[in-house]
Amino acid sequence: MTETTELAEFRQDIRDWLAENCPPDLRDGNLEDDNVCWGGRDWVFQSDSQRDWLHRCAERGYTVPTWPRAYGGAGMDRAREKIFREEMDRINARLPLQSFGIWMLGPAVLAFGTEDQKQDLLPPIARGEVRWCQGYSEPGAGSDLASVQTRGEDRGDHWVVNGQKIWTSYANKADRIFALVRTDSDAPKHKGISFLLIDMDQPGVTTRPIQLISGKSPFCETFFDDAIVPKAQIIGEVNRGWDVAKHLLTHERESISGGLTGMGGVPSLGRYLKEELGEISDPVLRADVMRAEVDAMAIRLTLERYADQAEDGQGAGDASAMLKYVATEFNKRRQELLMTAGGAAALDWDGDTGGRPGDWLRSKANSIEGGTSEIMLGIISRRILGLPG
Amino acid sequence: MLSDAARAFLDDKAPVAQLRALRDAGRSHDAGLWAEMAGMGWAGILIAEDQGGVGMGHAAAGVLAHEMGKTLVASPFLSTAVIAATALGQVADARARSALGQIAAGDLTYAIALQEGRKFAADSAGVTATPDGNGFRLTGAKGFVVDGGAADRLLVLAQSDQGPTLFDLPCDRDGLSITGRAQIDARDAADLRFDAVPVSGDEVLGDAGQGLAILAPALRAGQAALAAEQLGLATGAMEMTVGYLKDRQQFGRPIGSFQALQHRAARLWCEIEVTSSAILNAGRALDETPDMAEVAVSLAKARATATATLAVQEGVQMHGGIGVTDDYDMGFYMKRARVSAEWLGDYGYHAQVIARAGGF
Repeated sequence: MTETTELAEFRQDIRDWLAENCPPDLRDGNLEDDNVCWGGRDWVFQSDSQRDWLHRCAERGYTVPTWPRAYGGAGMDRAREKIFREEMDRINARLPLQSFGIWMLGPAVLAFGTEDQKQDLLPPIARGEVRWCQGYSEPGAGSDLASVQTRGEDRGDHWVVNGQKIWTSYANKADRIFALVRTDSDAPKHKGISFLLIDMDQPGVTTRPIQLISGKSPFCETFFDDAIVPKAQIIGEVNRGWDVAKHLLTHERESISGGLTGMGGVPSLGRYLKEELGEISDPVLRADVMRAEVDAMAIRLTLERYADQAEDGQGAGDASAMLKYVATEFNKRRQELLMTAGGAAALDWDGDTGGRPGDWLRSKANSIEGGTSEIMLGIISRRILGLPG
Repeated sequence: MLSDAARAFLDDKAPVAQLRALRDAGRSHDAGLWAEMAGMGWAGILIAEDQGGVGMGHAAAGVLAHEMGKTLVASPFLSTAVIAATALGQVADARARSALGQIAAGDLTYAIALQEGRKFAADSAGVTATPDGNGFRLTGAKGFVVDGGAADRLLVLAQSDQGPTLFDLPCDRDGLSITGRAQIDARDAADLRFDAVPVSGDEVLGDAGQGLAILAPALRAGQAALAAEQLGLATGAMEMTVGYLKDRQQFGRPIGSFQALQHRAARLWCEIEVTSSAILNAGRALDETPDMAEVAVSLAKARATATATLAVQEGVQMHGGIGVTDDYDMGFYMKRARVSAEWLGDYGYHAQVIARAGGF
């Protein structure tokens, strides 16, 4: 399809701006968590160009291109956002900023926050000034997330929060946490949860990192011992936090699937293996790679199709469970094939820096985090196929 | 919407019971049904308006094939309206234009005589075309000629001195013997023998030696539409299965309340969703960038073959005993899925097209 003149001009503008403003040393396509700016009060820029890149993008709303301009975004529709991303990819630009504020809290505030909250919370996320983490799972509340037991006790103008969260990514580096907290123990489990915004920098909050089979991880346990939360620090109504959480979980599923398969970003597995290791001579591996190639292409088209529908105002909704399921199960398959292709050379443990075995082991969590594959299939069977619960 | 109109018509005129009735009557073709489809413009879906068609394109042809697949509609749509119409459209000389007009009107049906061995190959030209006066004589055999039993004319790929050449000849030509196959899907298919069959020079479609170039886009169009039919088949089988899971009671409750079956059904739904993206993509590619559509089409056919196969296997399993009885329709889905998996290239054929294009 040919672009309209308007979009073609937009593309040219973006291309020109990027050419002038994206620091050359950040055009290396490096999207590893450790090499992208996460922002926050304690963030130490890894280079001057990382700082400049963030500031230049934030000034134009490019850290959160689809958010409204009033809240620090660039107000792009999906067609423009797609062009923006394509132009970023074209020069292999690193993202200027990534964070749970951008992926998770921002969308929740846009959907459920008051006008004051939007103005207070969103611009600092867009500028990378406040780093958020997510407090959902607990040791006793995994797949059964609505059974969270972290408790918020009403003390008039504030809550006192006690309990424990787990799988809180980067909790040890975050300024604040958005958390599901039980504020009514007598109500049915979905009706007594509030979505609270808690400062990490207070005596009642401590964190401890979790070591994974893949090595070091961003995951932490987070402990609340009489943590103080002012009453204004809540998104949505008291005891209606599950509505916000559900909305965010849908969002999370879509971003996990999108992030894994990439909107056209993942190179062909077959071509990659041929370039890295030469002709795939093992006919069994070759057949597996061919099947994976077929599925990867179809999954990528599916993610694009749902993204296009979202542009037309039609969110994936319950179908996000399908996107999450197929993308994460596929990534595990892909990682297994990479390990098989690598053979003995792929067996070296290279400390905590990941590498191929690290990616392979880390992929095992893909179909668990953000809702297990089995939970996804349950959502599909009940809400889409209408099978009895 | 085209799909709604097609669905309403097919539910009325061509439910699975219609295929069953044809089979039980020992027939594989319903000329009356095809005439009605032609009356709605389906036979001319890919034929330009100035040639008597409706010229709606490949995505629209896919929509029709998808709806036909849901109830296993037996018709010469793919052979005639998609493959032959695309091949004739490549040439568009006076004779081809006249044939296109007759196809669009529902007055002419075609079958494609290509395959020669057990497996599909886009360049099967073991039939020889020996020069004879101003024309040729065709000698050899073709098999698995879909719609070959009832078609009026054939497109035959044969080897002439100039290379693979496509011939367009009537089915009642001397020396040509057509043997109907009793194929598992109860649809029309035939084996052909050519014993020095005379063809005139005018019956070469396009130029001698250009057969593959003319046939390739036609096969791609056919593969994409067949993939859409397979997706429809998978959807039909899944809907029947999900309905059964809600109705069938065991252990005092609907079997669809058991998680083991819920997850099987949900997984199948995911596969169908992912495959539908590949089908839409192939139709779009054929309409917008036909010269670059090869991978998109092979992706659609590979995915649809795998998904249809899964859908019928899961369908039978989740139905339990009734799923393997002939009284129940699921078996018809399984048989058509097997035939459609083979026709125009199976999973492995198309996966290799994709691998070659991907450079590995």
